[in-house]
Amino acid sequence: MSTHVFKPDMPPPVKAVGVMAWMRANLFSSWLNTLLTLLAVYLVWLIVPPLLQWSIFDANWVGTTRADCTKEGACWVFIQQRFGQFMYGYYPSELRWRVDLTVWLAVIGAAPLFISRFPRKAVYGLGFLVLYPIVAYTLLHGGYLGLATVPTNQWGGLMLTLVIATVGIVGALPLGILLALGRRSNMPAVKVVCVTFIEFWRGVPLITVLFMSSVMLPLFLPEGMSFDKLLRAMIGVILFQSAYIAEVVRGGLQAIPKGQYEAAAAMGLGYWRSMGLVILPQALKLVIPGIVNTFIALFKDTSLVIIIGLFDLLNSVKQAAADPTWLGMATEGYVFAALVFWIFCFGMSRYSMHLEHKLDTGHKR
Amino acid sequence: MQNNIGAPKGLSLSDPRVRAWLFQILTVVAVVGLGWYLFHNTQTNLQHRGITSGFDFLERSAGFGIAQHLIPYTEQDSYARVFVIGLLNTLLVTFIGIILATLLGFIIGVARLSPNWMISKLATVYVETFRNIPPLLQILFWYFAVFLTLPGPRGSINLNDTFFISNRGLNMPGASMAEGFWPFVVAVGLAIIAIVVMVRLANRRFEATGEPFHKFWVGLFLFFGIPALCVLLFGAPVHWEMPQLKGFNFVGGWVLIPELLALTLALTIYTAAFIAEIVRSGIRSVSYGQTEAARSLGLREGPTLRKVIIPQALRVIIPPLTSQYLNLAKNSSLAAGIGYPEMVSLFAGTVLNQTGQAIEVIAITMSVYLAISISISLLMNWYNKRIALIER
Repeated sequence: MSTHVFKPDMPPPVKAVGVMAWMRANLFSSWLNTLLTLLAVYLVWLIVPPLLQWSIFDANWVGTTRADCTKEGACWVFIQQRFGQFMYGYYPSELRWRVDLTVWLAVIGAAPLFISRFPRKAVYGLGFLVLYPIVAYTLLHGGYLGLATVPTNQWGGLMLTLVIATVGIVGALPLGILLALGRRSNMPAVKVVCVTFIEFWRGVPLITVLFMSSVMLPLFLPEGMSFDKLLRAMIGVILFQSAYIAEVVRGGLQAIPKGQYEAAAAMGLGYWRSMGLVILPQALKLVIPGIVNTFIALFKDTSLVIIIGLFDLLNSVKQAAADPTWLGMATEGYVFAALVFWIFCFGMSRYSMHLEHKLDTGHKR
Repeated sequence: MQNNIGAPKGLSLSDPRVRAWLFQILTVVAVVGLGWYLFHNTQTNLQHRGITSGFDFLERSAGFGIAQHLIPYTEQDSYARVFVIGLLNTLLVTFIGIILATLLGFIIGVARLSPNWMISKLATVYVETFRNIPPLLQILFWYFAVFLTLPGPRGSINLNDTFFISNRGLNMPGASMAEGFWPFVVAVGLAIIAIVVMVRLANRRFEATGEPFHKFWVGLFLFFGIPALCVLLFGAPVHWEMPQLKGFNFVGGWVLIPELLALTLALTIYTAAFIAEIVRSGIRSVSYGQTEAARSLGLREGPTLRKVIIPQALRVIIPPLTSQYLNLAKNSSLAAGIGYPEMVSLFAGTVLNQTGQAIEVIAITMSVYLAISISISLLMNWYNKRIALIER
């Protein structure tokens, strides 16, 4: 019996595969699309080559003073010379190792939290959360263990930005959770207090909050008691941010099905234990991406401390650009600051997206 | 809980209702106590520092100049008038910003969904770049690195002899009332009434007989036709005054100060990136089945978009869009960084420094923002309710 042998398949037509086909489908599928593509190419051609020319090919990379910037493009010498100020502010240069050490400790200490197989993560995380601030404060501020004191008015640059953002989020988290629970409470008095608090802080801009904490807080305190400027700013940021965290957490609480609440009650758990053992672990897991997004917003908002005269990254750049020996360097300075902020925010937003993927346990309806 | 078996009679801490009452009383006492404590501290502090309190300062003369005021202002005017100027400037930026950011955001959001690879990638780059840079940095960049480095009025960028861009801002022709102004206003009013009547009649006829009517084109004709006829009859409604370079600056016409330009540009670009994401997710939320259903009913691309996709997408888009508008209104306070005379920099900055009445000034400022926030959210909630899905 003879078997029929199929001829090998014909290759697909040239028009349907390869670069040409892809371009045909994605760039030139209709006359309108072709027009849009040409427009986009024109836009890119308009923006990208001059940008590259300015920032790389015509840029000045080596030197020590403004006079070394002879070429047309950007003067990165300015950034090199002022890099220390942008990172540490007026922190004494011989003590800057302490800042570096604090950052490294944070990186090393937090690393296990990102390893999914690490045992007893919750206990470790809690311990880290309690111990690290003490260590960091001792290292940064000094005054103990023979470390020279560095008053907070010398703190600055990216370091100050990170300090405010971190303290802001860590301080706002517990307060925000309490507010969210209060807002969902059955007790009318508690609910009214929490709703008023949340809606008040969410309705005003952070800038007025910072103004308030810098000019009104001293009036609120009993006589003879005073806070330093940084602490006042942090209190303002924490109060402000806790309202936003509360709304994020409320979203998580609302997403937990009623059965969970009932099950916890059926187990005979009281309010705090049913919240702490059953509801919050699930709700907080749901809102981790939301909290990261809030943190990104907070990180961007820390730049507002410029208004009350703290020298964060942005204000350091602004100051340096106003220096008479480096006049006309505003563009380079702001581009550099934008790049730093962008790297942090973009990185965190990617991480938040990754978390959303990872934590998605299929509860979505 | 009413018939707790074995529950002790009378008041007991194991009764949840008693606990709830107790807890609430404690909360109220704590809040009131804290409020009283702060109030008391403030009172003593104010007395010891010799700061007067009360709102009398609003009547006093301000004595400083303001770069941009929408209503007439002299240095002798009161702080109350300064407050109104600041408020109007805030509202101006918010209003322009919301319109421009919505337009740009919708364009970019739709571009991100474009089947054209180049266009969608460009839109992605735009969104990812601008939403990850703090708005204050963007404002400072546009102000210090762009607008202030432009040449002076003599070397200004000349657009067709009508618009001039220099480090003093954007000079453009100014309009003043001419003889045909009031007839023109009446004509526009008439045109709007005519369009409303026409749409009503057309809809009624459509529902009765099913005959369609070219509402859009006739409306367009009415909208431009009636005012144009009026201009022909009564003359131009406004008189344009061109900016002229005299000496070192421009004379005549209107000028948008660089602070306003930098602020509006930065806020528009920043907020548009967020609006684009909202629009994209809104359109994506309408399932493809809807498009297919519309096609199978024989609708063409335009009507599919207008009558099927967009109405459903808007329901998803409106709530987050509202919060972006609120953010824009609040972010307009960042103008304090470049000294654009709006609410925060003018009132909470200059007036506060001059009068020293921190509590009153900050309280007024915060309540203004609360009022703006609440009114925008009420307006958008009303609109949201109107377009929400009515389930039957």
